[in-house]
Formats: sequence, structure tokens, C-alpha cells
Amino acid sequence: MTLLDKLLQLLVAVAVFAAVMGAVLFVADRARGRRTDLVSGLAFTAPALLLLLVGLLYPAGRTAVQSFFDASSAGFVGLDNYVRIFTQPDLVVVLRNTLLWVVITPILSTAIGLVYAVLVDRTRFESFAKALVFLPMAISFVGAAIIWKFVYEYRPNQQNIQQVGLLNQVLVWLGLEPVNFILVEPWNNLLLIVVMIWIQAGFAMTVLSAAIKAIPSDIVEAARLDGVGSVRMFFSITLPSIRPAVVVVITAISIAVLKVFDIVRTMTGGQFGTSVVANEFYRQTFRLSDLGMGSALAMILFVLVVPIVVYNVRQMRKVDAR
Amino acid sequence: MPAPKSGSTLRRRGTSALAAAFGVSLVLAGCAGSNVAGDGGSDAAGSEDCAAFAQYGDLSGKRVTVYTSIVAPEDQPHIDSYRPFEECTGAQIVYEGSKEFEAQLPVRVQAGSPPDIAYIPQPGLLNTLVTQNPGAVKPAPQTVAANVDQYFSETFKSAGSVDGTLYGAPLGSNVKSYVWYSPQAFEAKGYTVPQTWDEMIALSDRIVAEGGKPWCAGIGSGDATGWPLTDWLEDVMLRENGPEVYDQWVSHAIPFDDPRVAAALDRVGSILKNPAYVNGGLGDVSSIATTTFQDAGLPILRDQQCYMHRQANFYAANFPEGTDISENGEVFAFELPPIDPAQPQTILVGSEFVVAFSDRPEVQAFQAFLSSPEWSNLKAKAGSELGQSGWISANTGLDPANLSNPIDRQSVEILQDESNTFRFDGSDLMPAAVGSATFWRGMTDWITGQSTPDTLTFIEQSWPASQ
Repeated sequence: MTLLDKLLQLLVAVAVFAAVMGAVLFVADRARGRRTDLVSGLAFTAPALLLLLVGLLYPAGRTAVQSFFDASSAGFVGLDNYVRIFTQPDLVVVLRNTLLWVVITPILSTAIGLVYAVLVDRTRFESFAKALVFLPMAISFVGAAIIWKFVYEYRPNQQNIQQVGLLNQVLVWLGLEPVNFILVEPWNNLLLIVVMIWIQAGFAMTVLSAAIKAIPSDIVEAARLDGVGSVRMFFSITLPSIRPAVVVVITAISIAVLKVFDIVRTMTGGQFGTSVVANEFYRQTFRLSDLGMGSALAMILFVLVVPIVVYNVRQMRKVDAR
Repeated sequence: MPAPKSGSTLRRRGTSALAAAFGVSLVLAGCAGSNVAGDGGSDAAGSEDCAAFAQYGDLSGKRVTVYTSIVAPEDQPHIDSYRPFEECTGAQIVYEGSKEFEAQLPVRVQAGSPPDIAYIPQPGLLNTLVTQNPGAVKPAPQTVAANVDQYFSETFKSAGSVDGTLYGAPLGSNVKSYVWYSPQAFEAKGYTVPQTWDEMIALSDRIVAEGGKPWCAGIGSGDATGWPLTDWLEDVMLRENGPEVYDQWVSHAIPFDDPRVAAALDRVGSILKNPAYVNGGLGDVSSIATTTFQDAGLPILRDQQCYMHRQANFYAANFPEGTDISENGEVFAFELPPIDPAQPQTILVGSEFVVAFSDRPEVQAFQAFLSSPEWSNLKAKAGSELGQSGWISANTGLDPANLSNPIDRQSVEILQDESNTFRFDGSDLMPAAVGSATFWRGMTDWITGQSTPDTLTFIEQSWPASQ
């Protein structure tokens, strides 16, 4: 592609966008009379609704239908794909791993973020300390996975061999044998989860720290005057006051965790009993060309995410209503 | 896309709309990561006269898009080798390489926007594309078929065919039955290249007795982890049971967990699962699973942490720049020896195939060009000029002298030696559900401790019922 082609593409894209915007503004502007609000509202939401229909609703419906068909979406197989997911041993492991991820990651990330936020709150080095924990948020999942892969890297303990991985080097310094961590099932799942916690704790800490700062100072002062200690202050004042924020953080992380793909793919490729639903969905669809199974896994992911999203939206409304 | 805020002036709206549009176009431009042949690179054969290209006719203003899994830096000699074709016919070749090729090609074909030409490394994938998308894949034109008949052996022709119809001519090929070793280290220790399997085991035992580790291996390869072990098993299957049984195994005429397969896998295990033999410089047996295949052979160079590494000829590209790869140099490769020396040597080979999704004249002309000896020689020269090694073609019209590296020349001679029996990589021929999935995973589980019968049963059960 030459530079001229690219420039032309750019111009076309700008022109198309301007034309669509122009049409929307024109229609909205022409609306007169009683229905002005309705027409202009529709004009502004129509492009978004159209894109949602084409880009979200239609594919979602099609995925749902495909999940009842075989690998080439030719023959109807009923619930076969779903039955396989819950019976085939390697797929059951995938479900178990996803469960591990969803249970452990949000709770630990939130707990670590919360404790950290409370500890550094109103200290002299607060912003620096927060920046330290927040930094991993700026690293992509793939980048983080590569960093941690090096942390777990294994070299045998023999002459002329230098350890590459931090953890194994520590073990060798302590006089222990290096361990090929990534192979130790099922604990290797926890090693992958650590990466996610490392990233998400910063997110939890930021949101929760803001919530803590928003606690009215009269409550805190009143508690102090009543002689409340710091532990009691945390459980009786801080935590109840920021409960909605905690819920939002937990649910947001849960959704992110259900979709986790990059970390697993980069660190193990789903080998050694570490695959998760999103990873298996990609493998089944694009490596094995099994559209039915891939769609069924996508549906399971969807079904798992929906209640969390609904709960999250309702909680956010509550927060907003305050 | 930033939505214009309510209450802002029309001018501000216009600006943000423009900004948004600009962002979109940047993304669009970013997607177009394709490369036009002829950008940079050395002038491989610019002055060559165009007589040989007259047969392809005048293709001025025509474009042919090529989609492949071959990415930088190996793509440059490909792009360079198309230049004489472009200059003489006037056609333009648009080359696009992607590491997600295997996943993306079926998507593009199903979406109705396939490339004109794709280089498919797995006949199993070709088979799936042909059977699942009737009419999408175009049979090879007469000119290509004639070239294939004249310049390629039957093994390659049948691997590029589906149900007897030729779809793809081989492009680059590889010799997989290689054991890499260090001639200098062998010389220093007084070792000789083994001619039979028993000699190879005797050599391994001798290395162990002298305090060394004979073998190193690694099968890590992202979500394709396990594939180097499938090559191991296929190579030993050929030597243990002969090509006929191998063919039956690959086509599923005998079950995957046949006792003869188990015997072959156990023989692989006699080396790779033997803690005394592996894994020089890399760890214990299970470290084979976590060592990437790229790193696995390098301990040969590092103070002889290991002495032998079974991997295809393309592994030459993994040694550090400046490594002396030659018969008396730092590294070289010998053919994995036969178990029964009375049998002819069998060579496991692989290849990618030029498959067309369009039958426009310029596409067919380019296909014919790629299957000709002229192209193989141009490609060999272009690679040599860039100092790259590890690429060879099974085209019998390829002159080994055009390859700069001794190992490449030896590989071509092996491919052109008619006393050898050739068999195509079995995992690439099997249905994708086995060959690119459970076979890999089964082998990975096997090396990390699963038993031979459990592994083979697991793979056997995954074989698609319809095939």
C-alpha cells in the first residue's frame, strides 16, 4: 500500500464520517412540533443502535444458534456441545480453572488494594506509594505475562548454568533446588492468577482510595472522639462507608477475569492444565475449527458474565443515586 | 469515539468529529500492514532478461494478493524473489504475512474475502478448507499441474491434493529427519556420526559414561506446544514400522493407539524420557515441555552441554549469527539413522503449498511462476544474498549451488536423492482436531509424565468420527 493509497483511505474515512454526522444533524435539526425530542433523540441514537444491532446483537444471536450445531455448523446436535463441556475431562479442568480465577482474583485484588489504600492514606509518601502499585495497570496483559514468565523461568541447577528467573535464583541462594514452577499442577494456575492480581490491585487501590477520601470527616472524627481504635475504625466506619465502591470493584474485576485470555495464552498457551474458558473458546474455534464447541464455550462465558454485569449496573445506580 | 458534548458550539462539534474520524482512519491505515514486493531489499535479478517470463503474458496493472505465515525476516527473500516477475509482467504482488495465519485464513475464506493466494503449511488445513467451503479453493491450473508432475516427487504432489485433485504446488520444503550435532565437539571427543539407531544409542551411552548429557530437546511453542514431539514420533514410526504402516496410521486405517504406534512412542521415550540422556543444559525430562523449540538446540554450542538435537533443517536459522554451520564447523546435522540398516532411508518432510482462491489469469500465472524451477532458484539466490539459511525447495530443478549454506545444500541433495523414501509430516496431514490439537497436547502430557497407552488412547478418542 502506497502512501497515496493510505491518504486516500484517510480522506474517504473522514468524508464518510462527516456525511453520516451531517445526515444525523440534519435530521435532528429538521424535527419540528410535538415530537421534536423523540425525533432528535432517535436521530442521535440511531447510528449507535444500528452498530449495536449489527456488531453485537446479531453475532450474539448467531453464536447462540451455532452452539447447538456441530463443528462445521451444518448438523444440529442439540445440547451435545454443552454436555461435552461438563463431562470431557480436559474441558472440566478448563471450567475448574475459570472458577479458581473468578473466586480468587477479585477477592485478593480488592483486599490487597483496600488494605494498601488504607495503610498509605494520608501518609507523607502517599502519592508515591500509590503510583508504585498503580504502575502495573499501565502494562498490557501480554507485557505483564512476559515479565512474570521470566520471574518463574527455570534453569537446572548444574555447573555453568545461570538462573534466569528471579524466584528460582532466590531458591538457589537459599540452597534449595530450582523448581519448574509452570509445570506444577494445579498450583501453576495460582502463579498465573498472581499476574492478574498484580495488575488489578492497582485499579482496586485507586478506586477505593478515592472512596475512602470521600468518607465525611465528621463520621471519622466522631468515631475518634468515641475512642475507636484503627482496626475497629476500619471495620465499623471505613468498610461500611465504601461498601458500594468495594462491590463495584469486585464485580468489575470479576468481569475482567472471566474474559482473561492474554495471560494464559502468553504464559502457557493453555498447556499444563491452565486453560480457561476464553482461551479454550479461541482454541476450539480457530485452531480446531470446531465452531459449535467454540460457540458453546462463548455462551457459557456470556451466561457467567451477565449476572455480574446486571448486579454491577444496579450497584452503580445506587452509588450514583447517593 | 468521543461524542460531541451537548451545549458546545457547532464549530467544536465539527472539530471533535474530525478528530474522531482522524482516529478511525489512523486505525484503518494501521490495519493495512501489507507489504508491496519491491520495497527495498537487494536488486536480486533486476537486469535479468524477460524471455523466461513471456509465457505469463502482459499483466500490467494487475494485482495478486498473497497471505502467508512467513513473517520478517524470512519474508524479505520471498518479496525479493517476486521482483523479476513483477518487472517483466507488470503485475503487482501484495505480500501479507501474519503469525495468526492458521486461525485467520479460515475466517477470511468463510467471510468471502480470501486472499488470491495463500501459502498453507498443513495439508490437513487445505483439506478442511476444500471440504468445508465448496468452490472457494480453486484447483491448480494446467500449467501448475505440469510443473508439479515434472519437478516434484509424488509425496509432495499427493500432499498438495485433496481426493486426487491437485490444489497446491509445494513452495518451500523442509527435511525433518535431522539430528543436529557439533562436528568440532564430536572430533574433539573422538565420536563419529552414527549410521544406525543402535550406534546412536551406543554413542549416547558413551557420552553418559563420560559424564555428559547426549540429548537436548524442547517442545514449547505457545499454543502449538508439543509439535516437535509429533515429528519425533513420526520419524520413529517410519523407522520402526516402515512407510506402509505409517501411511495407515496417518490415514487412520489403523487406530492411533495401535500397539505398533505404542512401540514407536516407547522408543522415543527410551531417549527423551531417559533422565540420563536428557535434557543437557536445560533441566530434567519435564523441562522439555517448557523449553521453547527455538532454544532447545542451543546447548550444543554452549560448552557441549548436550551433543544431539533432533530438529528439521530450518533450525539452522536459530543458531546465533556467525555460527559456522558446516560439515567440520560448530554445528551440522546428520540424518536420523535407520533402525534396520537393510531398509532404505526414510525422510520425513514438510512443505507449504501455494493455494489459490481465485482463478483470474494473473493469479494462475503467478502460481505457475512459483511452481517453476526459475522461482526456486531466484528465491535461493535472494535468501543467500541476505545471508539467510534454512530455506529449501523440493523442486528438482533447484540448483543446490544457489544456496549459500552447506546444510541447505545437503538438504536439497537429500530431497533430490531418489534412493530415499519420503513421507510427509503426519500431524500436518491428519484432521486439525488431531494434528493441530490433541496430538500436540497428548505429546505434551506424555513428556510431563502421562503413560504411553493413556496418551495414545486420548488422541485416538479425539479422532473425528466422520473421517
